[in-house]
Order: sequence, then structure tokens, then C-alpha cells
Amino acid sequence: MAKAGGRRAATGAKAKSGAGGSRRSPGRSESDSSPGGGDGAVPGRGASHPVRPHPAGVPLLDVDQMLDTERIVVCCGSGGVGKTTTAAALALRAAERGRSVVVLTIDPARRLAQALGLTALDNIPREVAGVDSTGGGRLDAMMLDMKRTFDEIVLTHSTPERAQALLDNPFYQSMSSSFSGTQEYMAMEKLGQLDATCEWDLIVVDTPPTRSALDFLDAPTRLGTFLDGRLLRVLLAPAKAGGRAYAKVLGAGLGMFTRVITKVLGAQLLTDLSQFVGALETMFGGFRARAEETYRLLGAPGTSFVVVATPEAAALREASYFVDRLDAEGMPLAGLVVNRMHHSDAAALTVERSLAAAENLDEHREHPLAAAVLRIHAERVRLASREARLRERFTSAHPDTPLVEVEALSGDVHDLDGLRVIGAAMARVERLEQAG
Amino acid sequence: MPSSVAPTGHAGTVEDVSGRRTVTDDSAPGGPEADGPWDRRLHIVTGKGGTGKTTIAGALAVALATGGRRVLLTEVEGRQQIAQLFDTPPLPYQERKVASAPGGGEVFGLAIDADEALLEYLEMFYNLRRAGRALGRIGAVDFATTVAPGVRDVLLTGKVKEAVNRPDGTRPGGLAYDAVVLDAPPTGRITRFLNVTAEVAGLAKVGPIRAQADSVMAVLRPERAAVHLVTLLEEMPVQETVDGVAELGRAGLPLGGVIVNMARPPLLKIRELRLARRGELDPEEIAAGIKEAGLEPTPALVEALSWEAAQHADRVALERTERAEIAALGRPVYEMPLMADGVDLGTIYRFAELLRDQQMVG
Repeated sequence: MAKAGGRRAATGAKAKSGAGGSRRSPGRSESDSSPGGGDGAVPGRGASHPVRPHPAGVPLLDVDQMLDTERIVVCCGSGGVGKTTTAAALALRAAERGRSVVVLTIDPARRLAQALGLTALDNIPREVAGVDSTGGGRLDAMMLDMKRTFDEIVLTHSTPERAQALLDNPFYQSMSSSFSGTQEYMAMEKLGQLDATCEWDLIVVDTPPTRSALDFLDAPTRLGTFLDGRLLRVLLAPAKAGGRAYAKVLGAGLGMFTRVITKVLGAQLLTDLSQFVGALETMFGGFRARAEETYRLLGAPGTSFVVVATPEAAALREASYFVDRLDAEGMPLAGLVVNRMHHSDAAALTVERSLAAAENLDEHREHPLAAAVLRIHAERVRLASREARLRERFTSAHPDTPLVEVEALSGDVHDLDGLRVIGAAMARVERLEQAG
Repeated sequence: MPSSVAPTGHAGTVEDVSGRRTVTDDSAPGGPEADGPWDRRLHIVTGKGGTGKTTIAGALAVALATGGRRVLLTEVEGRQQIAQLFDTPPLPYQERKVASAPGGGEVFGLAIDADEALLEYLEMFYNLRRAGRALGRIGAVDFATTVAPGVRDVLLTGKVKEAVNRPDGTRPGGLAYDAVVLDAPPTGRITRFLNVTAEVAGLAKVGPIRAQADSVMAVLRPERAAVHLVTLLEEMPVQETVDGVAELGRAGLPLGGVIVNMARPPLLKIRELRLARRGELDPEEIAAGIKEAGLEPTPALVEALSWEAAQHADRVALERTERAEIAALGRPVYEMPLMADGVDLGTIYRFAELLRDQQMVG
């Protein structure tokens, strides 16, 4: 902790990130940071605010300990909860605490991508400029290119001709670019690849914001069912021996099956499909083994899952699902990060008293500024108590899940300074006043 | 009850029924009016995750049903969001009444499931329900709906299309529903989801899947359907909305309005907002006011209130920037306020009223 505190001197880091940003992305201009709102100063002033008190009786998620010791950190949660930002903030913090880190993001916001130097989607980790490396750490970042990752697997596991035939197959094209599970599989494939290089101390992974963001946990089973299934053999049959082979594979009564397939899909489609499946079978024998390996890696010591949520009913419901699911799979859950919590330093002044005071002033047509400020306070306290209630509901269902609450910033995060502020908030380090 | 009606919809046979009906909607010369109120058969509501798209879809359904109409609200992501929104038990693959609307209107809910839709499709076209079950056992349904996602989307949108076109001779207009609202996949996926013909083009150039896709596209004409985008006044949702509008436009899909959700009205005057952002609100004036109102103006309280005012001002400034981006899209914009106490059933009705007041629904 001491290690982190001193080096967070804002001026130095800020200057570096500024220079780095312009070197990395020449297209970025000053006008990029929107006039009037969301500029760098916003998280800066938030930084002067003290760490919010941790709720009593709830185990605290010790972020720094996790970042100092783990080898893999997987962030999951529903869409729109700040998962990518959380992953990036964790990675940056670990790097500035002296570790060599790579962060694998799925679909970062444009400005966050720029801040991380992710201007080219080339599926290769690149060093992030502007990271404080005085502790000996470094940060690399990459954005997952799902189709390219898939193509690479195909190319590695096949002869050029066979690979080309598969790459041209319409089913392959459809599956590799839009299959709702492909992103999860490819994220995990990439994780396995990154881990295998042993180039980094820590890999931080963002997961896709799909309904079943934990689909990758099913990858080995699903691939297994898929590749060993009777269906596959049925679909392979025409490629091998012509249509009548169906009956041989599945026994009697399969005329119906043939009829349905041809009727519903059509003959050309069936040929493409069987070609696709045939190619998959030859190439993907090893793929399943790798999926199983990744699954083991996820469950092994050295891996931590972080569930990310916001204090909203739907997001916390999803978080509960993730926590239960990880538990059921025996996956190591580090805890929950609740982003965008509001709190008030003057919560003792209740909503009711605050509003009554504001009305009192309005009645006498006096002190309009104070009345407005009291209304703002009332709104904030109302929001804060609602959020606290929702978070308590989660806690009562999962009393043993460690968590950390992160204060809402009034602006979006799109530079390393903003990520530092969030990282410090997650680690519950008193944030320093930033210069400027 | 629609729930008891077997899906009699069949591509080609009911097309002309609704085709005739919708022609009358198309009143403006040179195409349907582009700025609402949105008198459409099908309303598709999309938005980034966390923007409250389901809430808006529910409110829109209630707004459309107001005055005695019958509206179907559908979801396709298997999350049972409609049931949660309306506080009902989980919906089966069957239409159930989930709410009443003012003036005798009715809202029905349906959670569309791709596997069930495939079985229904097989039965409808080939009388093959049992065969379908057999296919399910060997994993074919799973296969069709996962490996070929285009097929999955055709099944989901196909079911929506069926509900849009479903005839009911006993009702005015001859259709089972006056309007259908789809709580659609998020903005990032919406164009691909709706553009089913393009999606299956590589897979099926002819044949029944292609025919189904084409009949879906026929419902997605501007005079019959509109895609509405829900956003928050925050950077990422707005960016996705801007991208989504461009993508939908390029794909020739019918654009509707933009609904800004969770907007916060400014509580300070413009000059005060500026001062608050700089942390320069007069502490003595605040202290004097608090004292006047009978509260103890401790320095800590004044500081806390000033900080909260600064946060508010930052938020307002951010919202103003983002609002300008939304306005630049040139689409009609509707605004729903932030509900500090959270969304409940009452919110749906309140929002429905606001949508009507703001002329999103005529």
C-alpha cells in the first residue's frame, strides 16, 4: 500500500499520460475531450473526496492483495456496469504497483481505448504509454478481435488449402463473426494463449456483456457435446457417403430426419454445413482439449473472478447469478465491485428535513441558492439510500461475498488519471488532490 | 384470448391482411411521417444495457394500449424481464395478459424462445412437431440456433412477425393486436438482429429459411415498423446510439425516435452551475440560507453541500454535452426523468403518460 501511495503523485503521471496519449494516437485532438462536460478535471476533483465508508459487517474485497498475488483476474458482470473500465483500472493499478500486466478487453469505449493506446485492432498486446513504471511494472493492452482469433486457430491447425476452404465456408463466416458464444470462447482461447507465453505476471480479462457472460464456462462441455454428438456424425455422413448414410448412423426411422433436414435447410445449405462440420472435426480435436485446459486454469489457484455491478436491481440480480454460478462451478470468486455508488457526507440531514427546509426558504422567497443546494442534497440522499438498500439486499443473500463500493464519478473516464482514481477507490486508498 | 389462439400466421397468407391495413397509416406524401406520433404496427425498442430499455418498452406498450387497444409486448433474450417489470410469474411460451391500460386497454406479454419458435415453425410449415422433438433430442435445435445465429434471429423475428400479422376476424381491423412492441437485443446487436435477410444471405439463398427472412423484412418497412433507441445522457450509451442510428440507416431499417432515460433536471441556475463546477459557490450565502431555514450551518455541512452541488453541476454539464450529440441526430427525442426511488409498476404508467404527453404515441 505504501508502495502505491507515494507514486501516485498526480502531476508526474498526468504529464506522462498526456505525452503518451498524443504519441500513441496521433488522431486524437484536444477538442476530443468534450467542451463543457466530462473533461479531465471532473474525475480530478472527485479525487479530493475521501474514501466512502465501508458498510459494517460486510467482508471487504482486498483489491491490492489480489492484484499483488494473482496471475489471472477475470471481470464479469452484465452490460453497462463499467466492467471494461474496472478491468482497465485494476490492470493499471497492478502495473503501477510493480507487476507486468496485460489487460484483454472486449469492446472498450472509444476514448478509453484511446487512453490505452488501442487504436489498432490487431489482436496483439501493445504497451500502454504513460504508465508509471518506477516500480518495475508495465502494462500491455489488447482488444479481442474475435474473428481474427478464430481465423488464427484455423490457420495454425490445418494445411493452407484446408484452412482456406473453411475460411470461405458461409457457416464458418457466420459462426466466427456473429455466433453469440464465439466471443466468450475466443476470449478464453486468447487468455490461454497469453498465459502460455508466461510473458506477464498478471492477466486481467474483461468478459463480453452478453446475457450469459459465463458461457465460456460451458465451452468445454458444449464443444464436447457438439463434437462427439450424434448430430455431428449425422451431418458428416453426406460428406462421407452420400445422403443414405443417415440411416446407417442413426438406425431406423431416420428417413424422417433426412426429410426434415433437406426440407428445412435445402440441399446446398446441407452441403455447406456438412463441409463445415467436417472441417471442424479435423481441426478442432485439439480445440476441445484446450478449452478444458483453460477451464482448469480458471479454477486453479492464482485465478480470481471479480463480479462487477452497479447499484441497480437488474445489475445486482445478474451479479447474484454470476456469484451463484461461479460458486456452483467451484470457480474462485474474489468478490463484488459495486460501481457508481453515491453517498453523502451529510447524510444526517435527511431527505425530509432537507426538503422541508428548502420549501421553507421558497415560501419566504429567500436564499434561492441555499434552497437549490438543499434540494440537490435531498435528491442525492434519496439516491444513496436506495442504492444502499439494493446493495444490502445482495449482501443478505450472499453474506460471505467480499465486496467494495466505488464512488460514482460525475464524468466518464477516458484517461489514465481517471483509471488511477478508480483503481485507488477500489483499493480504498485516500485519493490525492490532483494538481491543476 | 390470444393465448388460446394457435399460431395460424403463415407467411404469404396473412401478408395482404395487414398490408391493406397499414397502407392507410401511410398518410404523408413521399413516405410515412418521420417524427411521430408513431402510428406503427411494430415498435422495436433497443438501447445499450443498463439504459432501461425494458422499462421504456413496457411504458410504450401501455401508452399504445391506452384508450382500449390491445398490444403485445415481447422479449427475445430469455431473461423474463417482462414478468419482472409487471410483477407477474415468469411467462411461458404463451401470450398472457400482463397489464391493463387506462381506457380499457390491454397489454399481453410473450417471452419468445428460439427453440420453441423452431418447433412451432416446423409444425406450422411441415406439421412436424414430433419430428422437431426428435431433432431436439439429438441436439439439432441447439445446433441450428447456436451455430447458425442467423437462423436463430430469423426464428425470433419470425415469431414477432407472426404476431404482428396474426388475423382475428372478431376484432376491429381484423388483427389480433393493434400493435406489437419488441424489447429487442441491445443497440450493438440490433442491426444484425433485424437485418435477417442479409444475415442468412450467405447461408440460404433460396428455400424456406430465406422465404421466412424475406417475410420478416416485409414487416420492417417504414410505414409498418419503427426502431426506437433508448439512451442515457452518458458518453457510452450516446456513442452507441449515434453508431446505432448510422448502422440502422445504412441497413435501410426504419428509424423511430430516441428516448432519453433517467434525465436529471438542473436544480441550479446557469451562473450557479458554472460557479458550482469551479467550487466557487458562496459558502456564506449557503450558510445563511441554511440557518434561515432553521438548520445548523456547520462548516462541514456547508462543505458537503457545496461538494454535492458541484457533483450535480458536473452531471448537468455532461448531460448538456450529450444532449447536443443526441439532438444532432435529427431524430425526435423524448425524455424520461430519473426516478430516485427506482422503477416500479407505477413508473411504467407514469412513463406511458409522459410518452403520450410528448406525442411519441398519438
